[in-house]
Amino acid sequence: MSKVKPEKLVDEKGLRIDGRKLDQLRPIKLEVDVLENADGSAYIEQGKNKILAAVYGPKETQPKHLALPDRAVIRCRYHMAPFSTQTRKNPAPSRREIELSKIVRESLEPAIFTELYPRTTIDVFIEVLQSDGGTRCSGITAAALAIADAGIPLRDLVVACAAGKADGHIVLDLNDEEDQFGQADLPVAMLPRTGEITLLQMDGNLSHGEFEKALNLAIEGCKQIHAMQKEALKNEYVLVKEVAEETVVAEETVKVEKEEEGGEA
Amino acid sequence: MTLLFEKNKFVTPGDQLAEGDFIPGNNTYRDGEKIFASRIGLANLDGKTVYVVAVKGCYVPNIGDFIIGKVIDMTTSGWIVDINSPYDAMLSVSEAVERQFNTQRDALSRIYNIGDLLMAKIIAYDRTRGPVLTTLDRGLGKITRGRVISITPTKIPRLIGKKGSMVNLLKTETNCYINVGQNGMVLISGSTPEDEDLAILAILKIEAEAHTSGLTERISALINDMKIKRGLTNVQSKTGETG
Repeated sequence: MSKVKPEKLVDEKGLRIDGRKLDQLRPIKLEVDVLENADGSAYIEQGKNKILAAVYGPKETQPKHLALPDRAVIRCRYHMAPFSTQTRKNPAPSRREIELSKIVRESLEPAIFTELYPRTTIDVFIEVLQSDGGTRCSGITAAALAIADAGIPLRDLVVACAAGKADGHIVLDLNDEEDQFGQADLPVAMLPRTGEITLLQMDGNLSHGEFEKALNLAIEGCKQIHAMQKEALKNEYVLVKEVAEETVVAEETVKVEKEEEGGEA
Repeated sequence: MTLLFEKNKFVTPGDQLAEGDFIPGNNTYRDGEKIFASRIGLANLDGKTVYVVAVKGCYVPNIGDFIIGKVIDMTTSGWIVDINSPYDAMLSVSEAVERQFNTQRDALSRIYNIGDLLMAKIIAYDRTRGPVLTTLDRGLGKITRGRVISITPTKIPRLIGKKGSMVNLLKTETNCYINVGQNGMVLISGSTPEDEDLAILAILKIEAEAHTSGLTERISALINDMKIKRGLTNVQSKTGETG
Protein backbone atom coordinates (compact mmCIF):
# COMPACT_ATOMS: atom_id res chain seq x y z
CA MET A 1 0.00 0.00 0.00
CA SER A 2 1.56 3.25 -1.07
CA LYS A 3 1.06 6.48 0.83
CA VAL A 4 -1.89 8.74 0.01
CA LYS A 5 -1.12 12.22 -1.17
CA PRO A 6 -1.67 14.62 1.72
CA GLU A 7 -3.78 17.68 0.97
CA LYS A 8 -1.05 20.06 1.93
CA LEU A 9 2.64 19.50 2.47
CA VAL A 10 3.06 22.92 4.10
CA ASP A 11 0.23 24.54 6.08
CA GLU A 12 -0.73 28.22 6.44
CA LYS A 13 1.55 28.68 9.45
CA GLY A 14 4.49 27.48 7.39
CA LEU A 15 4.69 24.15 9.21
CA ARG A 16 5.26 20.87 7.39
CA ILE A 17 3.23 17.65 7.74
CA ASP A 18 5.48 16.35 10.48
CA GLY A 19 5.30 19.71 12.30
CA ARG A 20 8.75 20.94 11.32
CA LYS A 21 9.65 24.44 10.17
CA LEU A 22 10.83 24.84 6.59
CA ASP A 23 14.52 24.93 7.54
CA GLN A 24 14.41 22.36 10.31
CA LEU A 25 16.10 18.94 10.27
CA ARG A 26 14.37 15.78 11.44
CA PRO A 27 15.50 14.59 14.87
CA ILE A 28 18.79 12.72 14.45
CA LYS A 29 20.30 10.03 16.63
CA LEU A 30 23.82 8.86 15.83
CA GLU A 31 25.72 5.97 17.37
CA VAL A 32 29.22 4.70 16.65
CA ASP A 33 30.77 1.25 17.10
CA VAL A 34 27.48 -0.63 17.29
CA LEU A 35 28.61 -3.87 15.60
CA GLU A 36 31.11 -6.25 17.14
CA ASN A 37 32.32 -8.04 14.01
CA ALA A 38 32.90 -5.14 11.61
CA ASP A 39 36.10 -3.08 11.81
CA GLY A 40 34.00 0.06 12.07
CA SER A 41 30.28 0.69 12.28
CA ALA A 42 27.68 3.37 12.87
CA TYR A 43 23.93 3.65 13.23
CA ILE A 44 21.74 6.59 12.33
CA GLU A 45 18.12 7.40 13.00
CA GLN A 46 16.95 10.45 11.08
CA GLY A 47 13.21 10.88 11.53
CA LYS A 48 11.84 7.45 10.66
CA ASN A 49 14.98 6.42 8.76
CA LYS A 50 16.95 3.68 10.47
CA ILE A 51 20.24 2.84 8.81
CA LEU A 52 23.27 0.73 9.74
CA ALA A 53 26.68 1.27 8.18
CA ALA A 54 29.59 -1.17 8.50
CA VAL A 55 33.16 -0.98 7.25
CA TYR A 56 35.75 -3.71 6.72
CA GLY A 57 39.33 -3.09 5.84
CA PRO A 58 41.77 -2.14 4.56
CA LYS A 59 42.34 -5.79 3.65
CA GLU A 60 44.00 -7.73 0.87
CA THR A 61 42.09 -7.42 -2.43
CA GLN A 62 40.38 -10.56 -3.71
CA PRO A 63 40.64 -11.39 -6.60
CA LYS A 64 44.19 -10.05 -6.81
CA HIS A 65 43.95 -8.60 -10.33
CA LEU A 66 41.45 -5.99 -9.13
CA ALA A 67 44.03 -4.45 -6.79
CA LEU A 68 45.40 -1.01 -7.67
CA PRO A 69 49.18 -0.60 -7.29
CA ASP A 70 49.03 2.94 -5.90
CA ARG A 71 45.93 3.10 -3.71
CA ALA A 72 43.12 1.20 -2.03
CA VAL A 73 39.99 0.11 -3.85
CA ILE A 74 36.75 1.21 -2.23
CA ARG A 75 33.73 -1.00 -2.66
CA CYS A 76 30.33 0.09 -1.50
CA ARG A 77 26.99 -1.60 -1.16
CA TYR A 78 23.85 0.36 -0.45
CA HIS A 79 21.02 -2.04 0.27
CA MET A 80 17.46 -1.77 1.50
CA ALA A 81 16.16 -4.56 3.72
CA PRO A 82 13.01 -6.30 2.43
CA PHE A 83 11.13 -4.90 5.44
CA SER A 84 12.35 -1.33 5.06
CA THR A 85 9.49 -0.14 2.85
CA GLN A 86 5.68 -0.17 3.05
CA THR A 87 5.38 -3.08 0.64
CA ARG A 88 7.96 -5.84 0.74
CA LYS A 89 11.00 -4.99 -1.31
CA ASN A 90 12.71 -7.67 -3.35
CA PRO A 91 16.04 -8.16 -1.56
CA ALA A 92 17.96 -8.48 -4.85
CA PRO A 93 19.86 -5.27 -5.65
CA SER A 94 17.67 -3.08 -7.86
CA ARG A 95 18.82 -0.65 -10.52
CA ARG A 96 18.33 2.18 -8.02
CA GLU A 97 20.44 0.49 -5.34
CA ILE A 98 23.27 -0.22 -7.76
CA GLU A 99 23.29 3.43 -8.78
CA LEU A 100 23.19 4.63 -5.18
CA SER A 101 26.06 2.29 -4.28
CA LYS A 102 28.11 4.01 -6.95
CA ILE A 103 27.27 7.57 -5.95
CA VAL A 104 27.80 6.84 -2.25
CA ARG A 105 31.22 5.40 -3.06
CA GLU A 106 32.09 8.45 -5.14
CA SER A 107 30.97 10.82 -2.43
CA LEU A 108 33.11 9.08 0.24
CA GLU A 109 36.24 8.44 -1.82
CA PRO A 110 37.63 12.02 -1.91
CA ALA A 111 37.78 12.05 1.91
CA ILE A 112 39.75 8.82 2.33
CA PHE A 113 43.57 8.66 2.17
CA THR A 114 43.42 5.66 -0.19
CA GLU A 115 47.07 6.18 -1.23
CA LEU A 116 48.24 5.06 2.23
CA TYR A 117 47.08 1.49 1.61
CA PRO A 118 48.06 0.40 -1.91
CA ARG A 119 46.81 -2.98 -3.16
CA THR A 120 44.04 -3.20 -0.55
CA THR A 121 40.26 -3.02 -0.41
CA ILE A 122 37.97 -1.07 1.88
CA ASP A 123 34.40 -2.40 2.00
CA VAL A 124 31.53 -0.13 2.99
CA PHE A 125 28.08 -1.56 3.65
CA ILE A 126 24.99 0.55 4.10
CA GLU A 127 21.90 -1.34 5.17
CA VAL A 128 18.61 0.55 5.27
CA LEU A 129 16.42 -1.04 7.96
CA GLN A 130 13.56 1.43 7.68
CA SER A 131 13.24 4.10 5.03
CA ASP A 132 11.45 7.41 5.09
CA GLY A 133 13.06 9.51 2.36
CA GLY A 134 16.59 10.80 2.17
CA THR A 135 18.21 7.43 2.92
CA ARG A 136 21.20 8.05 0.66
CA CYS A 137 22.10 11.14 2.67
CA SER A 138 21.62 9.45 6.04
CA GLY A 139 23.56 6.49 4.67
CA ILE A 140 26.54 8.64 3.69
CA THR A 141 26.52 10.39 7.07
CA ALA A 142 26.57 7.02 8.87
CA ALA A 143 29.14 5.50 6.48
CA ALA A 144 31.58 8.37 7.12
CA LEU A 145 31.32 7.72 10.86
CA ALA A 146 31.84 3.99 10.33
CA ILE A 147 34.98 4.65 8.26
CA ALA A 148 36.38 6.97 10.94
CA ASP A 149 35.51 4.35 13.57
CA ALA A 150 37.40 1.70 11.58
CA GLY A 151 40.53 3.82 12.03
CA ILE A 152 40.92 4.60 8.35
CA PRO A 153 42.63 7.99 7.82
CA LEU A 154 40.23 10.64 6.55
CA ARG A 155 40.63 14.21 5.35
CA ASP A 156 37.26 15.06 6.80
CA LEU A 157 33.99 13.47 7.89
CA VAL A 158 31.75 13.41 4.84
CA VAL A 159 28.26 14.61 5.64
CA ALA A 160 25.13 14.64 3.51
CA CYS A 161 21.76 16.32 3.65
CA ALA A 162 18.95 16.98 1.17
CA ALA A 163 16.92 20.07 0.43
CA GLY A 164 14.01 20.39 -1.97
CA LYS A 165 10.77 22.01 -2.87
CA ALA A 166 7.36 21.10 -1.45
CA ASP A 167 4.16 23.09 -2.15
CA GLY A 168 6.33 25.82 -3.65
CA HIS A 169 8.45 26.24 -0.50
CA ILE A 170 12.15 25.43 -0.31
CA VAL A 171 12.46 22.92 2.54
CA LEU A 172 15.33 21.15 4.31
CA ASP A 173 15.70 17.39 4.83
CA LEU A 174 12.72 15.98 2.93
CA ASN A 175 10.75 13.09 4.35
CA ASP A 176 9.07 10.43 2.20
CA GLU A 177 5.84 12.34 1.50
CA GLU A 178 7.69 15.53 0.57
CA ASP A 179 10.00 13.50 -1.65
CA GLN A 180 7.13 11.74 -3.41
CA PHE A 181 4.63 14.57 -3.75
CA GLY A 182 6.92 17.59 -3.69
CA GLN A 183 8.34 19.31 -6.73
CA ALA A 184 12.06 18.73 -6.31
CA ASP A 185 14.70 16.86 -4.29
CA LEU A 186 18.35 17.96 -4.06
CA PRO A 187 20.67 15.64 -2.11
CA VAL A 188 24.07 17.15 -1.29
CA ALA A 189 27.15 15.53 0.27
CA MET A 190 30.15 17.61 1.26
CA LEU A 191 33.46 17.84 3.07
CA PRO A 192 32.48 20.44 5.66
CA ARG A 193 36.00 21.76 6.33
CA THR A 194 36.71 22.91 2.79
CA GLY A 195 33.12 23.12 1.60
CA GLU A 196 33.88 20.79 -1.31
CA ILE A 197 30.75 19.10 -2.62
CA THR A 198 31.14 15.39 -3.36
CA LEU A 199 27.55 14.60 -4.30
CA LEU A 200 24.98 16.77 -6.00
CA GLN A 201 21.89 15.26 -7.55
CA MET A 202 18.54 16.75 -8.41
CA ASP A 203 15.24 15.38 -9.51
CA GLY A 204 12.25 17.58 -10.20
CA ASN A 205 12.32 21.20 -11.25
CA LEU A 206 13.90 24.21 -9.59
CA SER A 207 14.47 27.68 -11.02
CA HIS A 208 17.99 29.11 -10.88
CA GLY A 209 17.17 31.17 -7.78
CA GLU A 210 15.41 28.28 -6.06
CA PHE A 211 18.34 25.98 -6.79
CA GLU A 212 20.78 28.35 -5.13
CA LYS A 213 18.52 28.78 -2.14
CA ALA A 214 18.03 25.01 -1.81
CA LEU A 215 21.76 24.32 -2.16
CA ASN A 216 22.64 26.83 0.54
CA LEU A 217 19.95 25.39 2.79
CA ALA A 218 21.30 21.87 2.25
CA ILE A 219 24.84 23.05 3.07
CA GLU A 220 23.55 24.62 6.29
CA GLY A 221 21.87 21.31 7.11
CA CYS A 222 25.12 19.44 6.43
CA LYS A 223 26.98 21.69 8.87
CA GLN A 224 24.42 21.01 11.59
CA ILE A 225 24.67 17.26 11.03
CA HIS A 226 28.49 17.47 10.99
CA ALA A 227 28.43 18.87 14.52
CA MET A 228 26.31 15.87 15.56
CA GLN A 229 28.75 13.46 13.89
CA LYS A 230 31.63 14.86 15.93
CA GLU A 231 29.51 14.70 19.05
CA ALA A 232 28.71 11.02 18.38
CA LEU A 233 32.43 10.14 18.05
CA LYS A 234 33.24 12.09 21.19
CA ASN A 235 30.50 10.36 23.15
CA GLU A 236 31.82 6.96 22.17
CA TYR A 237 35.37 7.55 23.32
CA VAL A 238 35.34 10.41 25.80
CA LEU A 239 32.70 8.78 28.00
CA VAL A 240 34.91 5.72 28.53
CA LYS A 241 37.73 8.04 29.52
CA GLU A 242 35.65 10.05 31.95
CA VAL A 243 34.05 7.01 33.57
CA ALA A 244 37.44 5.33 34.00
CA GLU A 245 39.10 8.42 35.42
CA GLU A 246 36.20 9.22 37.70
CA THR A 247 36.28 5.79 39.32
CA VAL A 248 39.89 6.47 40.27
CA VAL A 249 38.98 9.83 41.77
CA ALA A 250 36.09 8.19 43.63
CA GLU A 251 38.31 5.41 44.96
CA GLU A 252 40.90 7.94 46.08
CA THR A 253 38.35 10.01 47.96
CA VAL A 254 37.06 6.87 49.66
CA LYS A 255 40.63 6.04 50.67
CA VAL A 256 41.23 9.54 52.02
CA GLU A 257 37.99 9.41 53.99
CA LYS A 258 38.91 6.05 55.48
CA GLU A 259 42.31 7.33 56.49
CA GLU A 260 40.71 10.34 58.14
CA GLU A 261 38.32 8.10 60.04
CA GLY A 262 41.17 5.89 61.11
CA GLY A 263 43.09 8.91 62.33
CA GLU A 264 40.20 10.08 64.48
CA ALA A 265 39.68 6.65 65.95
CA MET B 1 52.01 30.26 14.40
CA THR B 2 49.29 28.94 16.65
CA LEU B 3 48.50 25.67 18.35
CA LEU B 4 44.78 24.96 18.52
CA PHE B 5 44.51 22.21 21.12
CA GLU B 6 45.40 21.31 24.68
CA LYS B 7 47.48 18.20 25.33
CA ASN B 8 45.48 14.97 25.02
CA LYS B 9 42.46 16.69 23.52
CA PHE B 10 40.08 14.34 21.72
CA VAL B 11 40.01 15.09 17.99
CA THR B 12 38.09 13.74 14.99
CA PRO B 13 39.16 13.65 11.31
CA GLY B 14 39.21 17.14 9.80
CA ASP B 15 39.78 18.99 13.09
CA GLN B 16 42.39 21.71 12.75
CA LEU B 17 45.35 21.19 15.09
CA ALA B 18 47.82 23.93 14.29
CA GLU B 19 48.74 26.68 11.89
CA GLY B 20 52.15 27.85 10.76
CA ASP B 21 55.58 26.51 11.64
CA PHE B 22 54.72 22.97 12.83
CA ILE B 23 55.49 19.54 11.42
CA PRO B 24 52.62 17.12 10.77
CA GLY B 25 53.35 13.84 12.62
CA ASN B 26 51.39 10.58 12.87
CA ASN B 27 47.73 10.64 11.87
CA THR B 28 47.77 14.25 10.73
CA TYR B 29 48.05 15.97 7.37
CA ARG B 30 48.99 19.38 6.08
CA ASP B 31 46.83 21.52 3.83
CA GLY B 32 48.55 24.82 3.02
CA GLU B 33 49.70 26.40 6.27
CA LYS B 34 47.37 24.37 8.46
CA ILE B 35 47.60 20.92 10.04
CA PHE B 36 44.55 18.71 10.51
CA ALA B 37 43.80 15.39 12.20
CA SER B 38 43.12 12.39 9.98
CA ARG B 39 42.06 9.86 12.62
CA ILE B 40 40.04 9.73 15.82
CA GLY B 41 42.42 10.12 18.72
CA LEU B 42 44.20 12.34 21.20
CA ALA B 43 46.20 15.30 19.91
CA ASN B 44 49.73 15.82 21.21
CA LEU B 45 52.79 17.96 20.60
CA ASP B 46 56.41 16.82 20.61
CA GLY B 47 58.83 19.68 19.92
CA LYS B 48 57.42 21.09 16.70
CA THR B 49 55.70 17.88 15.63
CA VAL B 50 51.95 17.74 16.01
CA TYR B 51 50.63 14.19 16.16
CA VAL B 52 47.52 12.23 17.05
CA VAL B 53 47.52 9.03 19.11
CA ALA B 54 44.86 7.06 17.25
CA VAL B 55 42.26 5.08 19.17
CA LYS B 56 41.85 2.59 16.32
CA GLY B 57 43.77 1.64 13.23
CA CYS B 58 45.18 -1.30 11.32
CA TYR B 59 48.75 -2.53 11.58
CA VAL B 60 51.12 -1.28 8.90
CA PRO B 61 54.26 -3.46 8.79
CA ASN B 62 57.60 -1.93 9.75
CA ILE B 63 61.03 -3.45 9.18
CA GLY B 64 62.38 -4.88 12.44
CA ASP B 65 58.98 -5.28 14.12
CA PHE B 66 58.39 -8.33 16.29
CA ILE B 67 55.02 -9.82 15.34
CA ILE B 68 52.84 -12.84 16.00
CA GLY B 69 51.14 -14.39 12.98
CA LYS B 70 49.27 -17.44 11.80
CA VAL B 71 50.26 -19.68 8.90
CA ILE B 72 47.36 -19.63 6.44
CA ASP B 73 48.89 -21.21 3.34
CA MET B 74 51.94 -23.03 2.01
CA THR B 75 53.71 -22.50 -1.28
CA THR B 76 56.47 -24.61 -2.85
CA SER B 77 59.18 -22.66 -1.07
CA GLY B 78 57.60 -21.14 1.99
CA TRP B 79 54.53 -20.08 3.93
CA ILE B 80 51.99 -17.30 3.79
CA VAL B 81 51.35 -15.80 7.20
CA ASP B 82 48.39 -13.71 8.33
CA ILE B 83 49.90 -10.93 10.44
CA ASN B 84 46.70 -9.04 11.25
CA SER B 85 47.51 -6.34 8.69
CA PRO B 86 46.12 -5.43 5.24
CA TYR B 87 49.03 -7.36 3.74
CA ASP B 88 49.79 -11.07 4.16
CA ALA B 89 53.44 -11.86 4.89
CA MET B 90 55.80 -14.32 3.16
CA LEU B 91 58.12 -16.61 5.08
CA SER B 92 60.57 -18.59 2.95
CA VAL B 93 62.23 -21.85 4.00
CA SER B 94 65.67 -20.26 4.11
CA GLU B 95 64.39 -17.84 6.77
CA ALA B 96 62.84 -20.65 8.82
CA VAL B 97 65.64 -23.25 9.11
CA GLU B 98 69.37 -22.67 9.13
CA ARG B 99 70.37 -26.02 7.64
CA GLN B 100 69.87 -26.95 4.00
CA PHE B 101 66.30 -27.92 3.31
CA ASN B 102 65.28 -29.85 0.25
CA THR B 103 61.70 -28.86 -0.47
CA GLN B 104 61.29 -31.77 -2.85
CA ARG B 105 62.37 -34.43 -0.39
CA ASP B 106 60.99 -33.07 2.89
CA ALA B 107 57.54 -31.67 3.45
CA LEU B 108 57.36 -28.03 4.51
CA SER B 109 54.64 -28.96 6.95
CA ARG B 110 57.26 -30.69 9.08
CA ILE B 111 58.57 -27.25 10.01
CA TYR B 112 55.41 -25.17 10.12
CA ASN B 113 51.93 -26.33 9.22
CA ILE B 114 48.80 -24.42 8.31
CA GLY B 115 47.22 -23.06 11.48
CA ASP B 116 50.49 -22.77 13.41
CA LEU B 117 51.08 -19.56 15.32
CA LEU B 118 54.50 -18.03 14.83
CA MET B 119 56.62 -15.42 16.49
CA ALA B 120 58.54 -13.67 13.74
CA LYS B 121 60.37 -10.54 12.73
CA ILE B 122 59.75 -8.43 9.63
CA ILE B 123 62.90 -8.19 7.51
CA ALA B 124 61.60 -6.46 4.38
CA TYR B 125 58.60 -4.39 3.44
CA ASP B 126 57.74 -1.56 1.08
CA ARG B 127 54.69 -0.23 -0.72
CA THR B 128 55.16 -2.42 -3.76
CA ARG B 129 55.90 -5.72 -2.06
CA GLY B 130 54.29 -7.59 0.80
CA PRO B 131 56.15 -8.02 4.10
CA VAL B 132 58.82 -10.74 4.38
CA LEU B 133 59.41 -12.54 7.68
CA THR B 134 62.18 -14.42 9.44
CA THR B 135 61.99 -16.84 12.35
CA LEU B 136 65.74 -17.42 12.62
CA ASP B 137 66.51 -15.02 15.48
CA ARG B 138 66.57 -16.11 19.10
CA GLY B 139 63.14 -16.50 20.67
CA LEU B 140 61.34 -16.69 17.33
CA GLY B 141 59.49 -19.63 15.82
CA LYS B 142 56.44 -21.75 16.47
CA ILE B 143 54.34 -21.02 19.56
CA THR B 144 53.87 -24.27 21.47
CA ARG B 145 52.14 -23.14 24.64
CA GLY B 146 50.20 -20.24 26.10
CA ARG B 147 47.35 -18.23 24.67
CA VAL B 148 47.30 -15.58 21.97
CA ILE B 149 44.85 -12.68 22.07
CA SER B 150 44.38 -9.87 19.60
CA ILE B 151 43.97 -6.19 20.49
CA THR B 152 43.87 -2.99 18.43
CA PRO B 153 47.44 -2.44 17.09
CA THR B 154 47.38 1.29 17.90
CA LYS B 155 47.09 0.40 21.60
CA ILE B 156 50.29 -1.66 21.70
CA PRO B 157 52.47 1.30 22.86
CA ARG B 158 50.10 1.76 25.81
CA LEU B 159 50.29 -1.94 26.67
CA ILE B 160 54.09 -1.78 26.68
CA GLY B 161 54.17 1.52 28.57
CA LYS B 162 57.07 3.89 29.07
CA LYS B 163 60.23 1.77 28.79
CA GLY B 164 58.09 -1.34 29.21
CA SER B 165 56.64 -0.25 32.56
CA MET B 166 53.13 -1.55 31.91
CA VAL B 167 54.07 -4.91 30.47
CA ASN B 168 56.67 -5.45 33.20
CA LEU B 169 54.01 -4.74 35.81
CA LEU B 170 51.78 -7.37 34.20
CA LYS B 171 54.61 -9.89 34.04
CA THR B 172 55.56 -9.59 37.70
CA GLU B 173 52.02 -9.30 39.05
CA THR B 174 50.55 -12.22 37.10
CA ASN B 175 53.63 -14.44 36.84
CA CYS B 176 53.14 -14.87 33.09
CA TYR B 177 55.44 -14.59 30.13
CA ILE B 178 53.99 -11.90 27.88
CA ASN B 179 55.21 -11.41 24.32
CA VAL B 180 53.74 -8.35 22.66
CA GLY B 181 53.62 -8.38 18.87
CA GLN B 182 53.58 -4.95 17.21
CA ASN B 183 50.65 -6.19 15.10
CA GLY B 184 48.31 -6.37 18.09
CA MET B 185 48.73 -10.08 18.82
CA VAL B 186 49.85 -10.83 22.37
CA LEU B 187 51.13 -14.17 23.62
CA ILE B 188 50.49 -14.95 27.27
CA SER B 189 51.83 -18.08 28.90
CA GLY B 190 51.74 -18.70 32.58
CA SER B 191 52.14 -21.68 34.85
CA THR B 192 48.39 -21.95 35.49
CA PRO B 193 45.33 -21.06 33.37
CA GLU B 194 44.16 -18.79 36.21
CA ASP B 195 47.28 -16.63 35.89
CA GLU B 196 46.70 -16.38 32.17
CA ASP B 197 43.04 -15.42 32.72
CA LEU B 198 44.14 -12.61 34.98
CA ALA B 199 46.69 -11.29 32.49
CA ILE B 200 44.14 -11.41 29.66
CA LEU B 201 41.60 -9.55 31.77
CA ALA B 202 44.15 -6.83 32.50
CA ILE B 203 45.23 -6.55 28.85
CA LEU B 204 41.63 -6.19 27.68
CA LYS B 205 41.11 -3.44 30.25
CA ILE B 206 44.21 -1.66 28.97
CA GLU B 207 42.81 -1.89 25.44
CA ALA B 208 39.43 -0.47 26.45
CA GLU B 209 40.91 2.39 28.46
CA ALA B 210 44.12 3.05 26.55
CA HIS B 211 43.24 6.72 25.99
CA THR B 212 42.81 7.51 29.68
CA SER B 213 45.35 8.72 32.21
CA GLY B 214 46.37 7.00 35.44
CA LEU B 215 45.99 3.61 33.81
CA THR B 216 48.97 1.87 35.40
CA GLU B 217 47.61 2.43 38.93
CA ARG B 218 44.16 1.21 37.92
CA ILE B 219 45.57 -1.93 36.34
CA SER B 220 47.62 -2.79 39.37
CA ALA B 221 44.55 -2.20 41.57
CA LEU B 222 42.48 -4.42 39.27
CA ILE B 223 44.99 -7.26 39.43
CA ASN B 224 45.19 -7.13 43.22
CA ASP B 225 41.38 -7.05 43.47
CA MET B 226 40.93 -10.01 41.18
CA LYS B 227 43.63 -12.01 42.92
CA ILE B 228 41.72 -11.74 46.17
CA LYS B 229 38.35 -12.37 44.53
CA ARG B 230 39.55 -15.42 42.64
CA GLY B 231 41.61 -16.73 45.54
CA LEU B 232 44.86 -16.98 43.62
CA THR B 233 46.85 -17.54 46.77
CA ASN B 234 49.94 -18.93 45.09
CA VAL B 235 50.25 -15.80 42.97
CA GLN B 236 49.59 -13.63 45.98
CA SER B 237 52.31 -15.20 48.08
CA LYS B 238 54.85 -14.90 45.28
CA THR B 239 54.19 -11.22 44.71
CA GLY B 240 54.05 -10.78 48.45
CA GLU B 241 57.64 -11.96 48.64
CA THR B 242 58.82 -9.69 45.87
CA GLY B 243 56.83 -6.67 47.03
